[in-house]
Amino acid sequence: MKRKKLLLSLLVASALITGGIIYAADHIDAPTTTADPAGDITDLYVFSAQDPNNLVFVANTHGLLTPGGAGTTSTAKFDGNTVIEFNIDNNGDKVEDLVIQCKYDLASNSMVVYGPVAPSETGKRSKLEGTATATVGVTPYGSTAITSTSAAGIKLFAGPRDDPFFFDLNQFKKIVAGTATAFTSPTGTDAFAGTNVLSVVVEVPKTMLGGSGTLNVWLETKKKI
Amino acid sequence: MKLTTIKTLAIALGAGLIITSCKKSSDATPAATVYYQQEDQMGRPAINTVFNGAADKDAFNVTVPSAMGAIFQPKFITNLVALDGALFAANPAYYRYTTNALGWSPTVLTTTLATDVLNVSTTGATNLGTLSGRGLADDAIDIELKFLIFGGPDGLKNPQLTSDHVDANDKVFLTSFPYLASPW
Repeated sequence: MKRKKLLLSLLVASALITGGIIYAADHIDAPTTTADPAGDITDLYVFSAQDPNNLVFVANTHGLLTPGGAGTTSTAKFDGNTVIEFNIDNNGDKVEDLVIQCKYDLASNSMVVYGPVAPSETGKRSKLEGTATATVGVTPYGSTAITSTSAAGIKLFAGPRDDPFFFDLNQFKKIVAGTATAFTSPTGTDAFAGTNVLSVVVEVPKTMLGGSGTLNVWLETKKKI
Repeated sequence: MKLTTIKTLAIALGAGLIITSCKKSSDATPAATVYYQQEDQMGRPAINTVFNGAADKDAFNVTVPSAMGAIFQPKFITNLVALDGALFAANPAYYRYTTNALGWSPTVLTTTLATDVLNVSTTGATNLGTLSGRGLADDAIDIELKFLIFGGPDGLKNPQLTSDHVDANDKVFLTSFPYLASPW
């Protein structure tokens, strides 16, 4: 039994743990991103908006921010050298046909959006494409959400939010470590309760996205080189 | 030989002068293009987390989706088989992976998930459970555990592993933009 547990720990832990850190949706999912909160995606959400003619894109970074005046939420900042980029494939080949790029501008403390626009090159390297299509001031911690709507109908928000992800991560950790064989029932414990992230929310008219009913979407953070 | 050297020097100097004068006379010289290089990537929730070993996590994050399948599907299936075997070894009552609720074999599952993109509908409802998007309230972990990984062909197997019993967020989402709840 002991040996079985050890085997389980080795096999599964190797797939899930590095340096004692356990990963979640995409929070601190690899050594490089763990060292750079601004580049570390925690989650991607894409859903139909309150207005069904629009689609909402949510990019969260800076995972596990603690609340309060002395907490990490109060000091977390977007990074002017990081582009948060939604990639949209609208013809099924898993190559981006459009990008929505979100770039923080330090001087004006605002988030600036480029696109949706066909990128001049696809893949791992990008440059900002075309001219800005939307901009919004970053909402300070503790303030009411600042939002903007462009003439073309793009809505934009950037700032701290409650982390919308929920998961009994610690019990999952026990299961994969071989010290438990089940989740706790009837109620688990949300390891992300009470923590915040930095969010960028972009709402876009579906007419700007092309395709014939189905898109493939992925989120990337890209660092200035 | 000497003449050639002098000529070359003269050409080089001349070119230098021309470049210098260009620089001086034009304020409109475009700034060098700034490029940004991929650092992290995410499509579906928890894919890098669950299916990649420690050595592959950074590499997965800096691979474009169109190249992921060929590189990572073989690794994903190795890790899936290892996880399945380890869970069975720890608990003989564990129902081993045959197909999932979508009828996917281990090969289809890992082939699908290794290309890490989120499928999104632009014509109807968007929900992770129907592979048509991902809403804020979607119970991503339960959906993946139950219908993709542990729930077996009917989604009912391994009930001890198919829900973490955390079924909702700790704050209520907004019905209108920006949808996410205010921070703690």
